[in-house]
Amino acid sequence: MRAQSILTAAILAAAREKRPARVPFLTAGCPSLDRFWDCLKELDEYGADIIEIGVPFSDPVADGSVIAAASQKALLAGVDLDWILAGLAKHQLKAPVVLMSYANPLLQYAWERADGLTISQRGQASLELLAQDTRSLIAGIIAADVPLEESGPFRVAFEPAEIDLIVLVGPNTSSERMDKYARIARGYVYVVSVLGTTGVREGLPLEAKATLARARAAFDLPLALGFGVKEPKQLAGLTRMPDAVIFGSALVRHLNEGGRVKDFMAPWLAEF
Amino acid sequence: MKGYFGEFGGQYVPEVLVPPLLELEEAMGVYLGEPSYQSELDELLANYAGRPTPLTPCPNLSKELGFTVRLKREDLLHTGAHKINNTLGQALLAKKMGKTALVAETGAGQHGVATATAAARLGLTATIFMGAVDVERQKMNVERMRLLGARVEPVMDGSQTLKDAINEAMRYWLANQKSTLYCFGTAAGPHPFPTLVRGFQSVISQEALASYQKLIGRPPDLVVAAVGGGSNAIGAFAHFIPLLVDLVGVEAAGSGEEGCHNSAPINLGRPGILHGQRSMLLQTAKGQVLPSHSISAGLDYPSVGPEHSYLSSIGRVRYGMANDREALKAFLTLTRTEGILPALEPSHALGWVLANRRQIPSRSEVMICLSGRGDKDLDIVLENLGSVE
Repeated sequence: MRAQSILTAAILAAAREKRPARVPFLTAGCPSLDRFWDCLKELDEYGADIIEIGVPFSDPVADGSVIAAASQKALLAGVDLDWILAGLAKHQLKAPVVLMSYANPLLQYAWERADGLTISQRGQASLELLAQDTRSLIAGIIAADVPLEESGPFRVAFEPAEIDLIVLVGPNTSSERMDKYARIARGYVYVVSVLGTTGVREGLPLEAKATLARARAAFDLPLALGFGVKEPKQLAGLTRMPDAVIFGSALVRHLNEGGRVKDFMAPWLAEF
Repeated sequence: MKGYFGEFGGQYVPEVLVPPLLELEEAMGVYLGEPSYQSELDELLANYAGRPTPLTPCPNLSKELGFTVRLKREDLLHTGAHKINNTLGQALLAKKMGKTALVAETGAGQHGVATATAAARLGLTATIFMGAVDVERQKMNVERMRLLGARVEPVMDGSQTLKDAINEAMRYWLANQKSTLYCFGTAAGPHPFPTLVRGFQSVISQEALASYQKLIGRPPDLVVAAVGGGSNAIGAFAHFIPLLVDLVGVEAAGSGEEGCHNSAPINLGRPGILHGQRSMLLQTAKGQVLPSHSISAGLDYPSVGPEHSYLSSIGRVRYGMANDREALKAFLTLTRTEGILPALEPSHALGWVLANRRQIPSRSEVMICLSGRGDKDLDIVLENLGSVE
């Protein structure tokens, strides 16, 4: 039997400390190419249990303006998967790393090197090369525009490399669909708090509570709440905490405005 | 697999967009075949949009070329282009689904105007996303949309053109899916849009085939249509695909110089994923989408509907290219020989025919889909007239 997922283990370790795991998200190359790796190290130092790195894509439909702009800026600065993987090889982090991107940059990563008679076979081969090249560097991968029905090639490529393909569910994902997702989910489940894109919001949408409850019933994995989360007080209305909390846009904005990682993480460390 | 044309198509969208796409697919199954829906749509197409459209012979041009050219006149429709075929169909479907609002993207503004028009007629609200660059260069269409009661939202992201308008419309739909249907403008995007839009546009070839049968007792030898996203082309091809008819789609080659920005993903791109579909795509080696260019705003798109990629891959349809200059020359030719001002999009189709006239056997019957009228392009044509005269 396969050992427990590194990501699941990281969240369960936080649970043993009676707190949700802290999962910061940072677009690669943000706030600047130089500062990015320092920021990751600081996140590592100031309590990140898992770190999500955004691999920029030119057309990020799931993202709001903050992350879309950060992606655009990163692309202009020349950030790509090669740069991210080279940096990860150089900078050792305690927290396991998850890459978050969209289908196309992942699929095209090794297109030139990949063989295949058909487009699907070549795409599969390209993803398998990506899995090979990243297996010692990352623990999970998120493709924001790859729903259940299109996830097959990604699972086939990443599972043998023990890289978890993280699934996302939202307020409008039916319980039947959640059950289908439960059969393929690994690591943790990304629970999207709101019908909308990434981006900072005040409070917590009403539907988040119900979505968490339905996901709790469908999955045997830890639940990570994301989209719109900035600070611990937003979670006050929840009767049961999510197992992990993902914060992206708020962190990106904080760093872009010259803020320090330590100050951003402080409320999360104080509260939990 | 569901929603695929061979290896192209699919549904590459965030999970939260899957339920509204499923809802749309279900509604298509329930309503599109329903007699009351069909009769309402037929009535709108006939007495509001102006269908059927004529198949106009071009005696002067045909004499010069040595084969018979006929134009399928989508330019004569209400709002001046084939776009209305689709927006009326989708707006009516939205009403049946109990939606109160439409959201749409637009490049040059033609689909935006057609959406705003259908929304006004059917009592829906409309929100139209349009790249800030396009808002600036297509002011008249922005005013038309606003007069029709639509809200026009300029998009400041990325290249500020059609592709970014689609991103923003998808984000809006994601957040407003309960009340709103995304009235997608072309036969592209995530399943089921390529199939839905093809269905509404295939009235073009349905009528054309009937006209040819009546006129010459057989289908034409060759059908040519311009391809951007590909809705007028898939509509013009649909009923001819099973028949012995040569089909040519014409992509925009941009300035035509080596390495220039263009809108010809089938000829110059490779398979990739954008806007919910796997199709041919203009992209960097790293999978980032490249900006497209064409003198014709309606063709200015870095990808193409998945069914076109498929028809190309199996060799059923040939995809050629025409550049800006060839399109302009074709615009002038048709204007002067037949007194018809074509839009710059179908001018690419005619441009290909003129450039490849020697390949076309004499006395052939050639149909060109004249997808829209040229009034909207006068500024651009006048600006560039010097380069062709």
